[in-house]
Amino acid sequence: MASDKPTWKEYPMAATIHQPGSATGQNTGDWRSERPIRHPEKCDKCGICWIFCPDAALFMNEEGFYEVDLYHCKGCGICVRECAKGAIEMVEEGE
Amino acid sequence: MGERTGLEVSLAVSEAVKLARVEAVAAYPITPQTHIVEELAQMVADGHLEAEFIMVESEHSAMSACCGTSAVGARTYTATASQGLALMHEMLFIASGLRLPIVMTIANRALSAPLSIWGDQSDVMAERDCGWIQVFAETGQDAFDLSVQMFKICEDKRVLLPGIVNIDGFTLSHVIEPLELESQEDIDAFLPPYEAQVILDPRKPVTIGPVGFPEIYTEIKMQQNQALLGSYEVVLEVWAEWEKKFGRAYKPVESYCAEDAEILINIAGAVSGTARVAIDRMREEGRKVGMIRPRLWRPYPFEDMRAAVKGAKGVAVVDRALSFGGPGGPIASELRSCLYPLAEKPVVASFIAGLGGRDVTIDDFYTIVAETEKIIETGYTDEYKMIGVRE
Repeated sequence: MASDKPTWKEYPMAATIHQPGSATGQNTGDWRSERPIRHPEKCDKCGICWIFCPDAALFMNEEGFYEVDLYHCKGCGICVRECAKGAIEMVEEGE
Repeated sequence: MGERTGLEVSLAVSEAVKLARVEAVAAYPITPQTHIVEELAQMVADGHLEAEFIMVESEHSAMSACCGTSAVGARTYTATASQGLALMHEMLFIASGLRLPIVMTIANRALSAPLSIWGDQSDVMAERDCGWIQVFAETGQDAFDLSVQMFKICEDKRVLLPGIVNIDGFTLSHVIEPLELESQEDIDAFLPPYEAQVILDPRKPVTIGPVGFPEIYTEIKMQQNQALLGSYEVVLEVWAEWEKKFGRAYKPVESYCAEDAEILINIAGAVSGTARVAIDRMREEGRKVGMIRPRLWRPYPFEDMRAAVKGAKGVAVVDRALSFGGPGGPIASELRSCLYPLAEKPVVASFIAGLGGRDVTIDDFYTIVAETEKIIETGYTDEYKMIGVRE
C-alpha cells in the first residue's frame, strides 16, 4: 500500500533525533479529557502552577499571568491542586 | 607472526581486549567469567591499559554503563555468564536497538535452579533473540582471535550492532592452551580506532532512544534486522582479512571429516574438541561420521548450513541447553527450520547433553551416532533425547 510516510531506509538509525526540542511539535494536548480554565481575578501571579506543571505547558503572558498551552497540556490537573487561590479549575472537554 | 605462548584462555581474552585498545569496561565478576575482568581491572590499575574500568553493583548496571560509554563514542567491552547475563537481559535489547557496538564475552554457564556454576549454553540460548551478533569459540586461539575480530565487525558502519563471543565456562575459560598472541602493531593495523556515527555530546545535542510510536517502531526494527542480516557479509570480509594477515581461517560453518560423511555431528563450542576425537576413532572403524560446527550463530548462516549437510543421511545435533517443553535443543530446532524448505534433507536428531558441567564423553558420541542411525532406519520416535541421564 502506498504511503507518504518515510520507509525504513529513510529514518535515522535507531530513530535517533538530531533536532533538539523537536518534541514541542508533538500535539500531546489531544490526550486530554479535562482542561484547566483560569480565573485571573483570583490569581496573585505566584507562579506555583508554572513550577509544578510536569509538561511545561504553562507560560507567562505580558501581564504576568500564567496561561495554558493547550497544544501540550495533558489535563493532569496538578496546577489546579497546587493553586492556593483556587484560580484554576478543570472542566470536561467538550463542555 | 605473533608470540607463541601458553596462557589461560580467560587471560588470552583479556589480552585481546587490551590489544583492541578498549576504552571502557563495565563489568561485574561472576564465575566462570571472573578471570577475564579481574585481569582487565589489573591492567587498568597497573597503567597497561588506558581505559575507564567502571565498577558496578550488578550486571544490569554493567550493561547500562556499557550503553552509556558506547553512546559517547568509547570502544566498550564487558563479560559475563549465566545469572549475570540473565540480569542483563533488558539492557541487551537496548544495546542492539540503539545500535551500540559493544563487545561481550560470555563464559557460558548453566542457569539456576538448582544452582550450578558449571558449564553449558543455557545462558546464551535464553538470549538468542537479543539482536547481537553471536559466535562460538572452540579453542583458546578462537577466543583470542574472535575477540579482536568482533570489534571490527560490530563497529563497521554497515553493521553498528553489539556482538557476543561465547567461550564455554571452565572447559575453555579456565584451561591453559598454547596460542599465538599477535603484536600490538599488527592488531593496530587490523583494527582502526572506533568512529562513532552518533555521539552523545552536550555541545551537539541528540536524542538517543526516544519513544518509537506504532507508526515508526516496525520500520526501526526492520532497520535493525537488516543490519544484523547484512553483518554476514562484513563477518566474511573481516575473517578473510584476518586469514590474510594472521593465517588463521574462520568460516560461518566449520566442518571436520564432513565431505563424505553419512552422519554429521552438529555441536557448538569447546565440546567439539571431544567430538573430533570420537570422529577419528569412528573413522578408523570405517564409519562415515563427520562434524559441522556453527561458528556464527547470529546471523544464522542458512545457506552455509544447507550446503554443509548436503549428502548426509542424518545430522546428530548436540545441544548443551534444553528448551523446556519445546522441540528439543535450540541448535537442533534452528537446523530443522533451516532445512525444512529443502526437498531432500537429512534426518535431524536432537540430543541434549553436557548440562550443568556434565562431561560429554567419547562414549556419548558413540551413543548419539548409534541413535541417529536408528532414526535414519526406522524414523523419529522422540522429539529429542537426553544423553547420559540416569533412569
